[in-house]
Amino acid sequence: METSPLVADILFHLGPVPISRDVVTTWGIMGLLTAASWLGLRRLELRPGRFQAMLEITVEAIEKQIHEIIQRDPSSYLPLLGTLFIFLVCANLATVVPGMRPPTGHIETPAVLAATVFFSVHFFGLRSRGLSQHFRRYIEPNLLLLPLNILAEFTRTFSLMIRLFGNMMSHEIVIAIVVLLAGLLMPIPFMLLGILIGIIQAYIFTILAAVFIGAAVGSVESK
Amino acid sequence: MEFSLEMLSVIGAVVVVSFGAIGPAFSEGRAIAAAMEAIARQPESAGPLSRTLFVGLAMIETMAIYCLVIALLLLYANPFIG
Repeated sequence: METSPLVADILFHLGPVPISRDVVTTWGIMGLLTAASWLGLRRLELRPGRFQAMLEITVEAIEKQIHEIIQRDPSSYLPLLGTLFIFLVCANLATVVPGMRPPTGHIETPAVLAATVFFSVHFFGLRSRGLSQHFRRYIEPNLLLLPLNILAEFTRTFSLMIRLFGNMMSHEIVIAIVVLLAGLLMPIPFMLLGILIGIIQAYIFTILAAVFIGAAVGSVESK
Repeated sequence: MEFSLEMLSVIGAVVVVSFGAIGPAFSEGRAIAAAMEAIARQPESAGPLSRTLFVGLAMIETMAIYCLVIALLLLYANPFIG
């Protein structure tokens, strides 16, 4: 805990642009996932090998979950939500690799992800219900509730961001404190807990994104 | 004894985190107990129940995390300390 968790640590400068550690980690994870998908999808076979079977199981499990929440054909939502989930799992589990910090532990990455969810909610809503139906949701029970509905729109995006950021960052702080207090083997159970928290937070982020999108396309009640 | 602004911020952070943890802890306990009871009664509905439980827990937990963020702002990005 040598620096403030609210300040990004800059690794190097690319021209005038400072490149922080999170950006490097994010691009590394993106490259890794792209390479893994490319390798797995290069030669598709009818009787899949181990790696292809793993990819298929992952995609099908995510597809099933999305279908249960949105109650529609999940194929148009799968690219966004599935990528979101797999990226978040990898990003949150980056803490397991020595020397790496999870990029979700700083506020920029969750902010960008939450903004993505915010805009995609409106994109899917507009696409499936049209302009008037989509914005009619804001005056739905009564015109008086318009300010509250708009406020809720922003606070839920904000809390999506803060939830992911707060969980990952507080876990980092807990590990730092435990290392500071009791040296060698004590942090291990906390790191195990960190794996659990990382996966649960990725799950929750994706589920909430799916619930918001589902509310926008008009299949489930808004939370 | 004279309190400086830094000391007051640290005390404020402690108070925020401790009191901010109480409410969510109680309500998460109640939510989990209710979900457990429901799953024990109807084990076949465990899937949708646990998904709703996770979403609800995330909603509840947000309150605690708001408090954590306030505490961190007090400690690291205090607007009243130069």
